[in-house]
Amino acid sequence: MTRDFFEFFDLPRNLSIDTKDLEKRFYALSRKWHPDLFARKSEAEREESLEATAVLNDGYRTLREPIARALYLLKREGFDVAEQGSKDVPADLLEEVFELNMAVEELQDGDESARAQLISARQRFEAMRAELDAELQQKFAAWDAGHDKAALTEVRAVLNRRKYITNLIAKANVPDRV
Amino acid sequence: MFQIEFDNNDETVVGIDLGTTNSLVAWMNLTKPEVIPGEDGDKLVPSIVSLTPEGGVITGNPARRELIEHPNRTIYSVKRLMGRGVADVQDELKLFPFRIAEGSDTVIRVELGDRTFTPPEISALILRQLRINAEKELGRTVTKAVITVPAYFNDAQRQATRDAGRIAGLEVLRLVNEPTAAALAYGLDKRNEGTIAVYDLGGGTFDVSILKLHDGIFEVLATNGDTHLGGDDIDNLLLNIALEDIRTEWGEDVSGSGEAVQTLRQGVISVKEALSFAPTAVLSFEWKGNQYHREMTRELFEGLIRGIVDRTLGPCRDCMADANVTPEQIDEVVMVGGSTRIPMVRSAVEVLFRAKPHTELNPDEVVALGAAVQAGILAGTVENQLLLDVTPLSLGIEIYGGIVSKIIHRNSTIPASASEAFTTGFDGQTNVLIHVVQGERELVKDCRSLARFDLKGIAPMTAGMARIEVRFLIDANGILNVTARDARTGVEHSVDVKPSYGLTDEQVEAMIEASIDNAEEDLNAAQVAQARVDADAIIAATEKAKTKNAEAWESLPEEERKQIGDAILQLQSVYHANDHHLIRTKVEALNEATQNLAESLMNTAVLGALKGTKI
Repeated sequence: MTRDFFEFFDLPRNLSIDTKDLEKRFYALSRKWHPDLFARKSEAEREESLEATAVLNDGYRTLREPIARALYLLKREGFDVAEQGSKDVPADLLEEVFELNMAVEELQDGDESARAQLISARQRFEAMRAELDAELQQKFAAWDAGHDKAALTEVRAVLNRRKYITNLIAKANVPDRV
Repeated sequence: MFQIEFDNNDETVVGIDLGTTNSLVAWMNLTKPEVIPGEDGDKLVPSIVSLTPEGGVITGNPARRELIEHPNRTIYSVKRLMGRGVADVQDELKLFPFRIAEGSDTVIRVELGDRTFTPPEISALILRQLRINAEKELGRTVTKAVITVPAYFNDAQRQATRDAGRIAGLEVLRLVNEPTAAALAYGLDKRNEGTIAVYDLGGGTFDVSILKLHDGIFEVLATNGDTHLGGDDIDNLLLNIALEDIRTEWGEDVSGSGEAVQTLRQGVISVKEALSFAPTAVLSFEWKGNQYHREMTRELFEGLIRGIVDRTLGPCRDCMADANVTPEQIDEVVMVGGSTRIPMVRSAVEVLFRAKPHTELNPDEVVALGAAVQAGILAGTVENQLLLDVTPLSLGIEIYGGIVSKIIHRNSTIPASASEAFTTGFDGQTNVLIHVVQGERELVKDCRSLARFDLKGIAPMTAGMARIEVRFLIDANGILNVTARDARTGVEHSVDVKPSYGLTDEQVEAMIEASIDNAEEDLNAAQVAQARVDADAIIAATEKAKTKNAEAWESLPEEERKQIGDAILQLQSVYHANDHHLIRTKVEALNEATQNLAESLMNTAVLGALKGTKI
């Protein structure tokens, strides 16, 4: 039912996208399809313009953000990208997560010394995420090189871990002081 | 006589600013947007509606006079009630003399005299007046319009505005956000690239939008605002201070009298307006022989309104953050709304955005002018310009535990859509209820309920087996449309919509019928009101001549003076008749009778001018 965003923008199914070029395409397609330009047309044409513009806008919103773009492509390629259960803690993070939960509880109980601990935990997680973003760039390039599905599996693994880390950052995100 | 027929395709599309305080209609006169004045020459039609004792309806300037004389039959600022429920407007009721009828459930009903009206019906009466003004001026039928709404209006408020248009006999081709319209009016497309901030402080609403301009495309990056913040709040603040002051000074509370409060309100509005141009202004109020005078300085005024001005700055900062721009990146700032005449508002905006705001266009007219440009875009007469607007609020659906799952985020370019799959929760279930809300909060109770959509006719099967794909589409007007289909069979499901606030289609249809039925009566009421305005004017002018220009008056033969006196009496005797022809005839007669008096006054004036003395 839904039109493929890559096809709609006439783009190869690559994960690395030149966002300036994407914007240009967005403006050009808006000039072609926007409902304002169809006000005097038949109802069927107006309907077509509305549908096309919705796809255009949804597509632009999705493709211009690397994470949204990658999740979209994974889904189109048949991967299950449903939200991962946050209970599956990656093994190497077990200790970190345990300490984070302790610190959050301590702070809630009024132990101010836990605040500094949370701030440094957040900084550590942010550094991890930056590393993952760099890794993601490489995985994107690997997929773009030959559209090999194995590369997408790796993209998904990085995205899952990134999502987990992002949740941890949110959890550790306390104000610097009271 | 020639009858000129207009080709339907060339039909003029007008642009309408349906404001809290004033409303305007504009059109594209060849290549330039122009506001169309009313019969009295005024471009601003006060958004005031009054019901005459005979049951007719009057609007605009004639209705404004009724605010003081017949506050129970007259209503203003009805935009504050559009698309809202009774529970939403409790705060407004403390400040505005709205009388809400019993049994107002999903739609508020307001009492005017012995009749009740919904807010869209009252707005429709204002829209009809604008339509009539446009038809008179353009000499052709007007049936299509673009109507502006505050950018921060939610779905129910937008639907209510569209309903008002339909009731007024207008096909609403597009609802346009007011700040976006203002950006169009400024013709900023002459600049090829740039970032524009629009600051719109109207009578009752505040909006801020940040747009990116690119070769004639106006792309809204983010919008923010407060649908309950505006010039009215300044008026209420000053009004309450004055009431308190009077209570102390006179030992009498006049806040119970609608007439006193209205008179005082108009007084504080004058003071507010004067202080934009003068360093001091005096509030004068007379009531039952008591006199009240208070001088206010601009400094004191600015101290009082600082809180209100500051309340606009938070949304501006949030808007910049959402648009991902810094103040240094803002190239142009556009000011909209009468309240932006206040020097303090201008300087606060300049400090915030670090750019001198545009004030070349009349802030009361700029939205209507932009609506006309948008009307031109839709009619195909304005080329190259295109508006890409956004939805101001996130759209979500209720999931388990009263939690909101957001499916379309705020500041998404519209039209925007999202699809969600739904299934049944128990065996044999044949319908699914979807609760849709608007807002940024996590819990349903903190968001605005939009509607409940009932998906019916699901074939009975084991729980969880049905798969219904529901598509939520926000159209270019910012209004939600919902469709559903069976994911396996592809068959469309019927969707029953139960709006949380607002009118059903059937109710709107019935109102359209009723408005056609009442149109003749209302038109008569408007003409009667206008005739009375003219009668007042000529009687006042004659009386003034008698006392102020006694010389000219005395110079008339006694017979003629008696005729004038009779003509006044006759006019006064028909003044309250519900027949504008009759009143007009007597106005004409008085006009006739005072011909010589007028001439003699003219001569005196000319003589006076020649002598260089003031009359």
